[in-house]
Order: sequence, then C-alpha cells, then structure tokens
Amino acid sequence: MAIRRSMFHCAQLIRKSALASSSVPQTASTALKVQSAAVPIFQQRRWYADILNQHRDTPTNNSALAFEFTEKNMPKVNEIISHYPSNYKQSAVIPLLDLAQQQGNGHLTVQAMNKVAEMLEIAPMRVYEVATFYTMFNRTPVGKYHVMVCGTTPCMIRGSREIEAALAAHWGIKKGQTTPDGMFTLGEMECMGCCVNAPQITIADYTKGADGYTYNYYEDLTPESAIKIVDQLKKGETPKVGSQIRETCEPVGGLTTLLEPPPGPYCRDLSQA
Amino acid sequence: MAMQRLFRGVAQRAGSAVNTNFIRAMSTERTYGNLKDQDRIFTNLYGKHDVGIEGAMKRGDWHRTKDLVEKGSDWIVNEIKASGLRGRGGAGFPSGLKWSFMPKVTDGRPSYLVINADESEPGTCKDREIMRHDPHKLVEGCLIAGVAMRARYCYIYIRGEYVNERLALEKAVKEAYAKGFIGKNACNSGYDYDIFVHFGAGAYICGEETALIESLEGKQGKPRLKPPFPAGVGLYGCPTTVTNVETVAVAPTILRRGADWFASFGRKNNTGTKLFCISGHVNTPCTVEEEMSIPLRELIDRHCGGVRGGWDNLLAVIPGGSSVPCIPKSVCDDVLMDFDDLKNAQSGLGTAAVIVMDKSTDMIDAISRLAYFYKHESCGQCTPCREGTGWLWMMLERMKKGDARLEEIDMLQELTKQIEGHTICALGDAAAWPVQGLIRHFRPEMEARILEAAPPPEKIAA
Repeated sequence: MAIRRSMFHCAQLIRKSALASSSVPQTASTALKVQSAAVPIFQQRRWYADILNQHRDTPTNNSALAFEFTEKNMPKVNEIISHYPSNYKQSAVIPLLDLAQQQGNGHLTVQAMNKVAEMLEIAPMRVYEVATFYTMFNRTPVGKYHVMVCGTTPCMIRGSREIEAALAAHWGIKKGQTTPDGMFTLGEMECMGCCVNAPQITIADYTKGADGYTYNYYEDLTPESAIKIVDQLKKGETPKVGSQIRETCEPVGGLTTLLEPPPGPYCRDLSQA
Repeated sequence: MAMQRLFRGVAQRAGSAVNTNFIRAMSTERTYGNLKDQDRIFTNLYGKHDVGIEGAMKRGDWHRTKDLVEKGSDWIVNEIKASGLRGRGGAGFPSGLKWSFMPKVTDGRPSYLVINADESEPGTCKDREIMRHDPHKLVEGCLIAGVAMRARYCYIYIRGEYVNERLALEKAVKEAYAKGFIGKNACNSGYDYDIFVHFGAGAYICGEETALIESLEGKQGKPRLKPPFPAGVGLYGCPTTVTNVETVAVAPTILRRGADWFASFGRKNNTGTKLFCISGHVNTPCTVEEEMSIPLRELIDRHCGGVRGGWDNLLAVIPGGSSVPCIPKSVCDDVLMDFDDLKNAQSGLGTAAVIVMDKSTDMIDAISRLAYFYKHESCGQCTPCREGTGWLWMMLERMKKGDARLEEIDMLQELTKQIEGHTICALGDAAAWPVQGLIRHFRPEMEARILEAAPPPEKIAA
C-alpha cells in the first residue's frame, strides 16, 4: 500500500511540475480552471460505495425493537425453510431477508435481521454479512416505489443516462434520493439482464406488503415513456409491464424465425440408440 | 463469468483479415446460419404459445422422458459427449465431460445438481426467455442432467431481480410435481428427484460457480479456491455440478433427436444451436436461436435489421457479453460466431451476447462504464481485483475526458496485467479484458483524446 501511495504521489508531482513548467501566460480564471481540472478524481472524493455501508441506529431501526413475521407470512417462511436440509438452515437467509424486506415496505431493519438469525439458529453477524453484501437489500428506507434505472453499457449506449436525467429532473431529486411525498426513490442498478430490451427501468412496488409485492421491468423506454409510467403509478393506474413497444424480445417489425407452428412431440427410435 | 478456460494460452490471430477472407472465399466449405424452424429447440422463445405444462407437452416436452431416464446415466453422458455440446454459460467447457466428473459410486453423501440461472453478464438475456417462456425445457433438463450425474436434489439458483421469471419457473416446477414428472418415482422410472428454486439478491459474482454455492449456503457470494472442485466438495460439502440454464435445457431435445442431429450444426468442436442476444445499435435488437458458427455480419443483418445507419456505420462489437474484449469493424466483417473463431480474433464467444456499437459511441465511455460495473460487482476478496477494478475505472474516467498523460495508457495496460490471473475467480480477468481490448484496438483514439485535451507543454510554447 505504501509503495502504491508513493507511486501515485510521484505521478501527481510529475503532473504538477508539467503544469508549472508550461510557460504560457495565463489569466487568473484559466489558471484556476486548469488547477481544478488537474485534481485527480481519487483526490476529489473517494466515491467507492453508492450507499452508506454502516448501520446507524434510528427510532425505527435498532436492535432494541422486536420484529415478527406476520401470520400471513409464516406459511411462506416455513415453506422457504423446508427447501433446505435441516442442518443447513442458513441457506434460507436470503429468501427470508427478502420476505422481511417486503413486509417492512422495502426497508430491511436490523431487528428483522436479528429475527432471521434467531429463526435460523445462526449468529446475527452471519446475517449482517449477507444483508450488506447483496445490493437488493435496502438498509435505509425507500419510497413506496423504488425506481431503478439500469445503467450498464448495453442500456447506456441506448440512452439510459437520458432516462435517469429525465426522471431526476421530473422529480427534482438526485440519484439515491426519495421524493418529498415519499412516493418514489430513484436508484441505479447494474445490468438487470434484459439488454435486448434496453433501455429499461425496474420498479419495486412496496405499497401492498408482501402479498401484493411486485418487481416489474419496464422495457424499450424513452425519457417520455419512462415519465409516463411513473406518472401513471402516482395516479394509481397500472402501466403496461414489460416492453412498451413490442411483446417480448422478438424483432420489432416482424418475426425472422419461428414463423411456422411448433412441431409436435418427436422422439427417435431409442432401441437403436 | 467463469471464462478463464477460454483464454488459457491465447492463440495469436493467424494471418491478416484479408488473408482469412481470401482463404474462405476460395474454399468450398459449407456456410453456417439460416437455421430452419423445425430444427429449433426453443420453439416458444417469444412466448406466443401456452407456457403451461399442457402447451409444453404439445410442443414435445416431457415426451418419453421415462424412457430417457431408464436408458441410464452412462448413456446420457455419452450422448451429450457425442453431440459436442459445450457449456453455454461462457467458458465453453464440454458438457458431457463435466457431467462425467461426478462420482459414480456414492460414499453416503448425496450428489447435487445446481442450475446457474444467475444471468447477470451485461448483454446477456437468453436464460430469462427460457425461464419465462419455455420453463418446462429447463425443468425436464434438470431431471435428465440430474440422472446423468446421479444427483438426488437440484437447486435452481435464479438471480434476485428475476422475480417474474422466478414465479413462472416455480409454477412450472409445481406443475411437473403435480403430474408426477419429478418428485418421488419421477416419471414412474423409480428415480427420486426433487427440484427447488432458490434466489439471490443482486450480486453478479454469484454467477461464478463456487460463489454461487457459497450464496446458496446462505453466505456472502465470495468464490472459493479450487481445488477441491465442486464435483468433489461442493454444496454442503457434497459432490455438486453447476451448469448453465441453456446447457441443461437443450439436453432432452438432444437425447430425443439424437447426438448426430445436434452435431450436424456448426463447425467441428463448436456444434449445435445457440441463443444469441443482440443488443445495442442495431435496428431491431432481439434474442434469436441460430446455428453456431453463423457469421456475425449475417446474424446482425438477417435478424436485427442491420446496424443502425448501415454496416459501414459500425464501430465495434463486444461479441460475448461484457467480459470479452471488443472487436473492431475490420474483424467483424468476416468473423464467425463460435468459440474457436472468436478466440482466434483475440475475443471470445462467452454467452453469445452481442453488443453492437455504431460510430456515435464513445468507446472509452462505454468501456469505462463496464469498468464501473466490475468495480461495483467485485466481491472484495482478492486485493488485485478489489483495488484494481477501482483504479481501472478511475483512470478510464480521466481518459474519457482526455485528462491523462500518454504514458498512462501503458500504465493502464500494465494494471490490467496485474489483475489478470492474480485472483481466485475469473472476475479479475473479466474486468481486465475489455480494457485490454480497448487499448488493443482503440489506442489511437485514446491518444488523440489526450492530446486534444492537453497538448504537450513544448507544443504550447511553440
């Protein structure tokens, strides 16, 4: 680490001396501009995480509170635990945390993590590790609708940045913030796996608890159609899920394959095989 | 993910593009592509027909599955070997061989089959279509592959974001249980087999097989050192094989139609049909099943309405998901979409996710966004990857604006070399290759950007 740091100090020194040695007369304002442009990004701010990674006790999120799965969710809990060997109940931790987050309207609290640890008979630390590792767990409250824009290259080259900017401007908030009425949180996700239908946004609906929870993709968007979708949600309407311009992932303007009806069952003579 | 095998001993591209073109034009070898509808495996790729079990059975799923199961493990493995099927998850390892690594005699531990449905590679969205439109191909494949490796249980690990796809899959599994196709005495064959659907919560790294096993055990998805390999010590310390959705989903059809049928498509060692996902700057992006070894240009022109603005407007293509190096237009002109030809072009087939970029694209920006992706998704276990991915991104962000020195391009190249091969899993390699591809093919553009933003001091003085 020390070696690396000194290496980059050297690099900075070289850069600064290069700037100093340029003997062009500069006005005060251009000199300032050059100075600020030359400050390397790693000096400006260490932007390493997009969320706060530590836990901070709040009145609604602290270990002194109790958490229970609702009676309606208990059958789901038992179903999940039954999928795994009885001596490896820890496997159920991700599905249970997911359920607890749905029950908590999109917020996974520390008391819920403690409860999951108790149910699975593991140390709470093991649950905290998981809850902090996976990006779908929200350890800070989110709005009723969590709107996530996919920002990875396939979506980016088809205009996801414009969509994110349009949504941010529409609500007057920045990435990671929630609208003042608590309706929408704007987030960015890495590749959501529907690149053919890029650009897309995903909206997690926490308005109806665990039973009515949905996590829908809205695909093939433009900034206008993205705003239309969130406005429809705000009005309580149900926007079209999936692609906005086609059915699924087929080429727009007509199929190039699968034009014939699918053939029926077939099997060769297995006695010869 | 997991493409380290693809690049072991990278072959240098033999001869120039002109030379390759000439050889191909003069030869009488067959051409590839234009798969006929009756030879397609995924007949409900676009969800135009009934997704449920009745519809699936009408399309030929679950047809004589009992007879296939009763043919036994060795027969299935040999058929898959003969078909030449290579893993569809990225590494392209021969599937029959992989399945044969599982122990033939149990020592008391049960064997597990784990299906890798954690499809997160940027550009890739093929497994999603299988799970939401043809889930019974996957469920039946799970039984066949499970029998082949003498597994008792199967877990399907689906990524957490695919909530609707998971619901479709859970429904299909339930339908198969209700029909008695899986569960106790599956298909009346006397074989007991259970399938469970498990899901993650948003971590790309869980697509790596040992990280997936860790995640399935309820831990952080941090890859394990190999050996021991999962076939010896995997899930819960038991023999485990992790395979991709598409690999497993094609297995029953291969067995029913015969290994020769499957092997008749594509070039030698690159056989079969494949789902291609073409995204980016094409007129009609789509997912399509085609023959292996189809020329890239034909794939784009036939199914995607061509490149936006015409073929000459093409800048570069990432041919196999974000983890493989990009190839410039000169290579795209004649490259074939299969493992070996793309390897010769110093790239790879990966997951066959074709990301097309036209001349309006800022290549440095595009690769920088991928570098951010890898920075975000690095599990943080190995220092070269945890720190290096961040450095790659920060350097590329500066180079995007030209705020760099010319020597830093070499520094960047050296940085990728210090990450590559120095990590437990292939994520480090996957982060390094796109940047190497950028430097390999777009170095003049990077230099021009730097010179444009800040001319060297001596030139200012002049």
